[in-house]
Amino acid sequence: MQLTQDFLRTKKLPHIWCPGCGNGIVTAALVRAIERAGYDQREVVIVSGIGCSSRAAGYLNFNTLHTTHGRALAFATGLKMARPELTLFVIMGDGDCSAIGGNHFIHSARRNIDLNAIVVNNHIYGMTGGQHSPLTPTGMKATTAPGGTLERAFDLLELAKGAGATFGARGNAAQPRQLEQLITRAAKHKGFSVVEALSPCPIAYGRRNKLGGAVEMLKGMKESSVAVERAAEMDEADLEGKTLNGVLFSIDAPEFSSEYHRMIKKDHG
Amino acid sequence: MAETKPVLMQGNEACAMGAISAGVRFYAGYPITPSTEVAEIMAAKLPEIGGVFIQMEDEIASMAAVIGASIGGMRTLTATSGPGFSLKQENLGYAIMAEIPCVVVNVQRMGPSTGVPTAPAQGDVMQARWGTHGDHPIIVFSPSSVYETYYLTIAAVNLSQKLRQPVIMLLDEVIGHMREKVFIPEAGKLLVEKSSDQIPSDWKPYDEKGLTPLVPFGFGHYYHVTGLFHDQYGFPTGDPPHVERALDRLHAKLEKYRDEIVLTNYIGHKEPRVAIVAYGCTVRSARSVVKKAYWQDRLPVGLLSLQTIWPFPAREIEALAKQADVIIVPEMNMGQLVGEVERYVCGQAKVVPLNRYDGEMITPDQISELIGRWLS
Repeated sequence: MQLTQDFLRTKKLPHIWCPGCGNGIVTAALVRAIERAGYDQREVVIVSGIGCSSRAAGYLNFNTLHTTHGRALAFATGLKMARPELTLFVIMGDGDCSAIGGNHFIHSARRNIDLNAIVVNNHIYGMTGGQHSPLTPTGMKATTAPGGTLERAFDLLELAKGAGATFGARGNAAQPRQLEQLITRAAKHKGFSVVEALSPCPIAYGRRNKLGGAVEMLKGMKESSVAVERAAEMDEADLEGKTLNGVLFSIDAPEFSSEYHRMIKKDHG
Repeated sequence: MAETKPVLMQGNEACAMGAISAGVRFYAGYPITPSTEVAEIMAAKLPEIGGVFIQMEDEIASMAAVIGASIGGMRTLTATSGPGFSLKQENLGYAIMAEIPCVVVNVQRMGPSTGVPTAPAQGDVMQARWGTHGDHPIIVFSPSSVYETYYLTIAAVNLSQKLRQPVIMLLDEVIGHMREKVFIPEAGKLLVEKSSDQIPSDWKPYDEKGLTPLVPFGFGHYYHVTGLFHDQYGFPTGDPPHVERALDRLHAKLEKYRDEIVLTNYIGHKEPRVAIVAYGCTVRSARSVVKKAYWQDRLPVGLLSLQTIWPFPAREIEALAKQADVIIVPEMNMGQLVGEVERYVCGQAKVVPLNRYDGEMITPDQISELIGRWLS
């Protein structure tokens, strides 16, 4: 599908991302998903935090809100409560969402507020030059873990589910068509949706961990991913080292902003 | 403005009711003593009038949610106290930079740190001015009564909307928790300044030519909002001349409307030998002393009370310094605003600080004893 130029601020390009970065692929998948879902451009809001992937907001021709580090979901919560008719996509990086923004992430999930969180997970803080994040796998190297990190990583989608999120999906930059479909489904889901988009950072992560360049990293991503449907038929030994992709969970539950506004109307309308 | 019969209410309640009167329909907050009543009143009242109340997961999120709702076009307010005010600073800076209107209430308590949560203090004067990083402009009101709290909150909301600038309501535990009568205006007779519905065709979110209304998200203006330095359309720039111009513009906005922002009140002798400069609850003790000393005993004393402490009322202080020999500055801290007073008195009068920081109010006796010493 041709990428709609109306949804891009072409005058703001070229983007700031490094060669081989996956942010452009994820951003393109988001734009295609928005177009496919047929939203009114006026009613789409892109909120983002701080970091490489959060710069995407500046290149997208919607209502765009580039917030502070970790706080994108809290800004988005206020906006969604004020204007429940708007559709919000919240772009965050792995450190932005799960470290400094971890509290807002679990509480957005708990409220089940209708926000679509797109977490671009490159396993590293890229903008600051390669520090480990809560999504860096144990043993991987970073400038702040030169011998490999001893810390254990979050499973972001398990975290989201445990906290009350009602839609969770994982895709990757190597399979952009699937990623687009996952974002579309997340957007259609009423409630807090999380799409974890695995994305290569050859400069700040791949190079230090000898994962090769962008092509090798994308290839590795594709090879290690297993669709959830297929994984159900595989045994544990075969799943060792694999990453599940697709829709991991989708649950029906009351959504916070609509419940709140229904309460206002019922009690005081 | 037509006023009805007096209502007895608490300072925190007056703040909440003033906000609602001024059109505030969104509140996000986190519980903290001694400001919690503001949240509780908002939680009860806002749903009744179609507004939104949300208790957020922390102080940082509350400030962020308020900014988000303002971008959605709502008039917003959040309330906190010292430790929570510290946590709000980063996003307060964001609101200043992105020019998003909002009102932040800080009901001061005794610090530093957890301090004495239920004791009054005026220790956040400098935090209110400089708490967030960078050279930012700020407006801070410091009411000295429940009545002033009600009307200054309305002024705060209106000014915040007009200038697209966050305004701080710096209360203290005394004002927040005391009960006093307030004359509430009749419904529909309020001074709520409506922002213009007319959006000019050449509208720019950050017009270099001057004030421009905030067009909420959702109306087909695809501008960008960021905490980065930005151009007239909101897009990031790091170009040095542009950065300097943008920062100058933020400050010029307040300078231009200075007379609407800086509110003070003087009572007492026209050419006082001893004058007091006070703000917040300390005004109450000072006023009772000056009333007796001037109106009853005809002594050459006066009181300049500051409803606005930032931007600092420099002109008023300069004028007072030309008249008074001695200027007493009572503060419930170790001396914060007194430094600013000295800066503008500039040696033309003797500046005498009077500080108390044990969690108790400065009493009229303390002030009158000091006045007596300087008069004799």
